[in-house]
Amino acid sequence: MKSDEKAAATKISVIETIIKKYGIYLVLLVMIIISAIISPNFFDSKNLLNIARQISVTTIIAFGQTLLIICGMIDLSSGSVVALSGVLGVSVYMATGSLLFAILVGILIGAVTGIISGFFVTKYKMPPFIVTMAMQLVARGAVYLYTGGQPIYQIGDFKKLGQGSIGFMPIPVFFMILVAVCSWVILNRMRLGRYLYAIGGNEDASRASGIHVGSVKILAFVISGVFAGVAGVLLMGRLNAGLPQAGINYEFDAITAAIIGGTSFTGGIGTAAGTLVGAFIMGILNNILNLMNVQSYVQQILKGVIIVAAVAIDISTKTRKSKPVKM
Amino acid sequence: MEKDFILELDNISKSFPGVRALENVNIRVKKGTVHVIVGENGAGKSTLMKIINGNHQPDTGKIVYKGKEMVMKDTIMTGQIGISMIYQELNFIPELTVAENLFLGREPYVGIKSILNNKQLYKKADELLKKEGLSYSPYTKMKELSVSDIQMLEIVKAVSIDANLIIMDEPTSAITNREVDKLFDKIEKLKEKGVAIIYISHKLNEVFRIADEISVLRDGVIIETRAAADFDHDSIISMMVGRQITNIYPKEKVDIGEVVLKVQELCSGKIFKNVSFEARKGEIVGIAGLMGAGRTELSSAIFGMDSYDSGKIILEGREIKIRSVSDAIKSGIIMLTEDRKKYGLVLKRSIRENISLPNLKQFTRLGWLEIKKELSEVAQKSKELEVKTPGLDIAADSLSGGNQQKVVIAKWLLAKPKVLILDEPTRGIDVGAKFEIYRLMVKMAEQGMTIIMISSELPELIGMSDRIYVMRQGEIAGELPENEFSQESIMRIATGG
Repeated sequence: MKSDEKAAATKISVIETIIKKYGIYLVLLVMIIISAIISPNFFDSKNLLNIARQISVTTIIAFGQTLLIICGMIDLSSGSVVALSGVLGVSVYMATGSLLFAILVGILIGAVTGIISGFFVTKYKMPPFIVTMAMQLVARGAVYLYTGGQPIYQIGDFKKLGQGSIGFMPIPVFFMILVAVCSWVILNRMRLGRYLYAIGGNEDASRASGIHVGSVKILAFVISGVFAGVAGVLLMGRLNAGLPQAGINYEFDAITAAIIGGTSFTGGIGTAAGTLVGAFIMGILNNILNLMNVQSYVQQILKGVIIVAAVAIDISTKTRKSKPVKM
Repeated sequence: MEKDFILELDNISKSFPGVRALENVNIRVKKGTVHVIVGENGAGKSTLMKIINGNHQPDTGKIVYKGKEMVMKDTIMTGQIGISMIYQELNFIPELTVAENLFLGREPYVGIKSILNNKQLYKKADELLKKEGLSYSPYTKMKELSVSDIQMLEIVKAVSIDANLIIMDEPTSAITNREVDKLFDKIEKLKEKGVAIIYISHKLNEVFRIADEISVLRDGVIIETRAAADFDHDSIISMMVGRQITNIYPKEKVDIGEVVLKVQELCSGKIFKNVSFEARKGEIVGIAGLMGAGRTELSSAIFGMDSYDSGKIILEGREIKIRSVSDAIKSGIIMLTEDRKKYGLVLKRSIRENISLPNLKQFTRLGWLEIKKELSEVAQKSKELEVKTPGLDIAADSLSGGNQQKVVIAKWLLAKPKVLILDEPTRGIDVGAKFEIYRLMVKMAEQGMTIIMISSELPELIGMSDRIYVMRQGEIAGELPENEFSQESIMRIATGG
């Protein structure tokens, strides 16, 4: 090979490595630039905080999904758990007047649903897809049953959880950052994170390394449930009501954010930062489409196309990687 | 008379990021001959085969097949021009029947290519199986076959396509001696028909039985190609590793101390019964036995991967209960499983994560991982074991078999075992890496570890053990002291003869 050809080849491979490693961040960057061109108000701090507030609920759920998908599982019940924990949080607040208590009840409900799903997944070796699909029905049914299908209005200061701010920071955004940091810590600085990656990568080898696979899986469901519980309370605050029909299909938006952020559906791969970026990509996309007055039906089609495109690009760049093969 | 070349590789080079896999490789394979390629793990054999097979493209160099220069686009194309390959790792779909597997991708159809002709499929498969002397029905599902049956089937499948060149990558790693004979008969017949065979193996005894020519590959370079008769055992080994190995079993006398592990009357249903044995500090205890004698099951029970019904496990004089792998690890009993890819490694994750996986408690303070401490200990262990890798954050996937095995050993040594059970520790790895693993075993024994080695390779058991237990049908059928070691004495007990 001639030396300049070689140099060109290395240059291409350097670019390729950068794209592979930071591809998703580049996509976010491009979207931000496009948004700034389309809408001069984009960089307005109000608009940015607004985007963050809009994505906060699904992003919080997305972190739970990220942990589960890394571990080779999934939670389809998040949307229903959001409704159940949110509504129960509202009624606890109505009874006690304590926001803290309401949040704790939301977390508790999420945790309990997580324990139940985790139990069936580990004890009966049922696929998480099936178990959480059933939990989706059960939790949704429970919240309708509890409310008689009627929304709870006049929830007073509860709405602060969704609409209030701490200083300049909207409360839901504050919780989103908190959950993001927790997820990063779990994945990068705790044993649990390593176990999640290991189990998602190779469950047999994890068991043979002395990991209590069942406990880790249950814990992952509990964390996902807790995140959904927090998300539920925040959502009801934002809606200024306890709506039993809230949160439908939120799990899919959350899963989308995780997948766009590079979490691998086959398990063992994914990061907290990736999911946050994935969520922002979806959020900014919504924002641009709204600013451009794109009809909401068209928006749905576009989103579907973008999901497929993002994952296709992600997979094709990853499989093209000529990793050293066993010799 | 000079025979024609079916395949000529001319100055083939191939690099992967960070690794130069092949450098100016020249190989010529004659029609109707067996060309054996030997080399350590990581020498570049599999890469070379994948280039011939169209799985990889060479960076430079040309491939001449049947006198014509060709670009091997992919495996479909190479299949069509008469190259077929038997992979070391078995490729099959467990839910398919034998017949469906045999004719996968070339099923007979009714009329235009749309409707499967099942009758024809099973008839053809049945004929093929009968012709090759395989006894099972074409309706058997793949998942019901043993590993060795599947391997034989792969061979039959490769042969049934009218190939001119067959590549066999370690075809005997999972089959019995009788089947090896059958395979070699088959190879002879193929040679008569003018079929050329490229044969890769670590088993030098086999190599000499069938090779016409031998090429030695080391670090991506062909060191030597000669007629098989011009080689001998020792010269091949020293060329493969690039150094003289005087004694392939570096066994040393180690002071043997008190009893560390004592197993009494251990039973598990029909799998093993009343197993009693003991192992001492610094001792290497071999466990021999035929396939299915219950060796792996016994050690899995001691390691907490399987359960046992009754009996006692006594470690350093205290009875311990082992209900899970983590119980065993806590007590200091560790097992290196035989199936490295299934139980040993999380291939997607990095070397660092793999080595620290069972040891994370050591690196945790107040629930927080101490990454620096982890890094330094993992780096130290991998340096100690000479794991060859460009970095510790590389996926375990990208290492060669021998290096992967070293990563597994590093991971378990970090757990500071008192008793280390090695189940087939050198399966599928080459001479050089084997030697290193033997050396490690001696070193570990010197440090006072108790080592229990399960192996199907009798020379290895004899060469490395201080004492050998022989299992037969789930029971300990005999115990041999060092002065009674011989392949015959072990086989006599193992077979009950």
